[in-house]
Amino acid sequence: MASPSGTPTKITQGSQTKGGIGESTLRPDGTLKVTGEFAYSSDMWHEDMLWGQILRSTVAHAEIVSIDTSEALATPGVYAVMTYDDLPTDVKNYGLEIQDTPVLAHGKVRHHGEPVALVAADHPETARRAAAKIKVDYRELPVITDEASATAPDALLVHENRDDHHAGHVPHPNIVHRQPIVRGDVAAARERADVIVTGEYTFGMQDQAFLGPESGLAVPEEDGGVHLYIATQWLHSDLRQMAPVLGLPEDKVRMTLSGVGGAFGGREDLSMQIHACLLALRTGKPVKIVYNRFESFFGHVHRHPAKLYYEHGATKDGKLTHLKCRIVLDGGAYASASPAVVGNASSLSVGPYVVEDVDIEAIALYTNNPPCGAMRGFGAVQACFAYEAQMDKLAAKLGMDPVEFRRLNAMEQGTLLPTGQPVDSPAPVAELLRRVKAMPMPPERQWESSEGADVRQLPGGLSNTTHGEGVVRGVGYAVGIKNVGFSEGFDDYSTAKVRMEVVAGEPVATVHTAMAEVGQGGVTVHAQIARTELGVTQVTIHPADTQVGSAGSTSASRQTYVTGGAVKNSCELVREKVLEIGRRKFGSYHPAWATAELLLEGGKVVTDAGEVLGDLADVLEGETVEVEAEWRHRPTEPFDLRTGQGNGHVQYSFAAHRAVVEVDTELGLVKVIELACAQDVGKALNPLSVLGQIQGGTTQGLGVAVMEEIVVDPKTAKVKNPSFTDYLIPTILDTPTIPVDVLELADEHAPYGLRGIGEAPTLSSTPAVLAAIRAATGLELNRTPVRPEHLTGTA
Amino acid sequence: MRVNFTVNGRPQEADDVWEGESLLYVLRERLGLPGSKNACEQGECGSCTVRLDGVPVCSCLVAAGQVEGREVVTVEGLADFAKQRAEGGCASGACGTSSQNAQGWDAKGSDSQTGEGTELSTIQQAFIDAGAVQCGFCTPGLLVAADEMLERNPNPSDADIREALSGNLCRCTGYEKIMDAVRLAAARQSEAV
Repeated sequence: MASPSGTPTKITQGSQTKGGIGESTLRPDGTLKVTGEFAYSSDMWHEDMLWGQILRSTVAHAEIVSIDTSEALATPGVYAVMTYDDLPTDVKNYGLEIQDTPVLAHGKVRHHGEPVALVAADHPETARRAAAKIKVDYRELPVITDEASATAPDALLVHENRDDHHAGHVPHPNIVHRQPIVRGDVAAARERADVIVTGEYTFGMQDQAFLGPESGLAVPEEDGGVHLYIATQWLHSDLRQMAPVLGLPEDKVRMTLSGVGGAFGGREDLSMQIHACLLALRTGKPVKIVYNRFESFFGHVHRHPAKLYYEHGATKDGKLTHLKCRIVLDGGAYASASPAVVGNASSLSVGPYVVEDVDIEAIALYTNNPPCGAMRGFGAVQACFAYEAQMDKLAAKLGMDPVEFRRLNAMEQGTLLPTGQPVDSPAPVAELLRRVKAMPMPPERQWESSEGADVRQLPGGLSNTTHGEGVVRGVGYAVGIKNVGFSEGFDDYSTAKVRMEVVAGEPVATVHTAMAEVGQGGVTVHAQIARTELGVTQVTIHPADTQVGSAGSTSASRQTYVTGGAVKNSCELVREKVLEIGRRKFGSYHPAWATAELLLEGGKVVTDAGEVLGDLADVLEGETVEVEAEWRHRPTEPFDLRTGQGNGHVQYSFAAHRAVVEVDTELGLVKVIELACAQDVGKALNPLSVLGQIQGGTTQGLGVAVMEEIVVDPKTAKVKNPSFTDYLIPTILDTPTIPVDVLELADEHAPYGLRGIGEAPTLSSTPAVLAAIRAATGLELNRTPVRPEHLTGTA
Repeated sequence: MRVNFTVNGRPQEADDVWEGESLLYVLRERLGLPGSKNACEQGECGSCTVRLDGVPVCSCLVAAGQVEGREVVTVEGLADFAKQRAEGGCASGACGTSSQNAQGWDAKGSDSQTGEGTELSTIQQAFIDAGAVQCGFCTPGLLVAADEMLERNPNPSDADIREALSGNLCRCTGYEKIMDAVRLAAARQSEAV
């Protein structure tokens, strides 16, 4: 079939400056994005294409007694209806780590909104109406919604007959994974404590709420295969899970990354990929599926809600003695990334502090709540909310300044994590706190103007609920630690193909990776790296697809580090080949070709002393140099299942926030006035993009502090607010100014000394806002998000 | 049903429109103009914002039949729309385009791969320059809304900008660079006057 409209094309970007790393070069896809020409996965279109629709369960936990599709099939315009019985092979489940997720429900549904049947029709409304005509007879089962109901002696098992690799070590089959970490002697350390504080904290279920809905176009191919144009975070992971279900070898499932409208973890798991391909292969026609926002809330995993039980001790001079904590994450009905989230939550549960004696346990539950998995911050977010609340409680109990107390206990380079792993790169925790505290404070009573109160600057805004009466200001601080890259022994590699040739008399580098550009600006950075390493101005970014090796996931703050590292490595290999050609062609003209260290700069081959030996265009005349190579960061180890010890992490990222809030204490309305951040980024490859990541991450942390929560009915396990009407994310009115202080302390292990930066600002933002609200109100506030009723005592 | 209306200065005719279809659906799926985005389809996110007879609206909430005989400007036509306004032409979007201009609109070349050579409006260029675009899904709606605000209020305060753009959700940027972009566009426009 012909290529659909919206097929991604190469983007070539020149640069009037060097355009290398460290410059704020602009996005190569920027013009396409501001003109509406950039094709997202939901914009794909093919002649004669059909629309796919998924029928989802209306109940959370039930046996399926029967499914009757006859009326749906008889609807004019309907081309196919598929249920579990129509799956083509014996592989009927998928999953990131544990293959526990049914492609279509078989005999049972385990959460509200689980896919049950598929329809393809010639109009999306026809498909929706036909899906509504499918009759599913459910026999409802009791729902498991929390730790008590999951581990009760008579609890139903969410998954019977588990045989996954965690099944053998968990204390109950409704626990996905358990990771204890024990180090030192907590009982003895507890004796040394002059003060002990405990806390029980609740973290609500947050949604990634990326704006581009799950969508894609599957086009059947003449060889019996299928080509999927898709918005995802990791093409090769999707492919690995899809091909066995479709009954196709991986080379007959071609994947091309379409435009991705944000991700934040919510596209790590499959959504409609297999469904669209099944319908395309069944009907022989291209099939497009686009979720609406309602379906999107059911179509991807969320951030794990958590209960966190913490006990810290400290001496009267302010030194932490010990930590006992227990973190219970609700993984929902399917495993998704829960085991890795448990690993992160446990290993980072201490935060960026020195605590030598610890007794830590983290678990993830199987329940009938919505499945939870990856979201920006990945387990470290929930822990940070709890340990930062504890730091403030300890400081208050000791009569110390909360920032000074943190600085006194701050981790440094060389500090051991509770896993026994040394932090072997700069860990400027105290410095970040010092910097964020030193930033100028926003003026008091900024709502006052010559014309009276500007209510837009006050809690309640244009609702005109106060002109300053009852408004109290509070300031709070927090700092966090996030690991960068996939941990616990995962082979976290990336692949880059780099080509160099002369086009129209000018040397051009082409970078081809499978990296999912989800908005973070990876494509910008790849072009910068190619310019720096190869001395060109013109760089062509090839669309991401599975015609090149895996780039790993656009997650875990890892892409600039790992795929950036792979691009750098492949560029270096290309450079060596270019220089070999140069030596062969021109070596006899100048001895420096053989003796000097040679660089590619400004389209020329130069010596390290700056002498020009020749034009790259002449060297490359008639030649094409291409290298595809994998690149790996240093390996990690699994955590010991009993003690949690092990060198599990690659790198760390640190950010600190200061929140200034104003609270209308009578109505419980909060306005965040300013959310200042200081972050160490190692090396800012693109400073403008770095700021965008820090400000965006900060705002997602603000959202979960004061408004964002998927509300699940504890009686039915049904989602109550699957829409942007009822699930609120911060608007431009809710978001304050976010001044940022960027520190660049190189990590010698990483390419250019960079640090993954995307997630750390999401950690400390939330507890800083909570601390500020506590400071304004004097309330304890042990859950997030904070709602007005929590502030007015009417909850 | 058949719907006749004007999009970005060109008369358009959409056939076989089902009565329940939105303007957003007709633009995206029937007229090949997917620039207006489908982030929520419930009027909450602003990503589908277009000008309807000059007024910014969520095109997902407008039934296709309601636009019969009316003028729509989408992000795809924003650059031309702003250019005409700058040249003292029709700023409201309600007065149409001469057939000669419409042909010129159609014929104008641009590099379809890179967008280089595309003439951008001040607000579009400012979004690129200020780093206000990440995933870009909110961008078309924000551009239409911000352009309309600057038309009404060429020297907005920060509070004005926030108020005007409060119906447009962005999940990537934290809005700081969007604020920078609108301030930049306002400054460039006032320099140009």
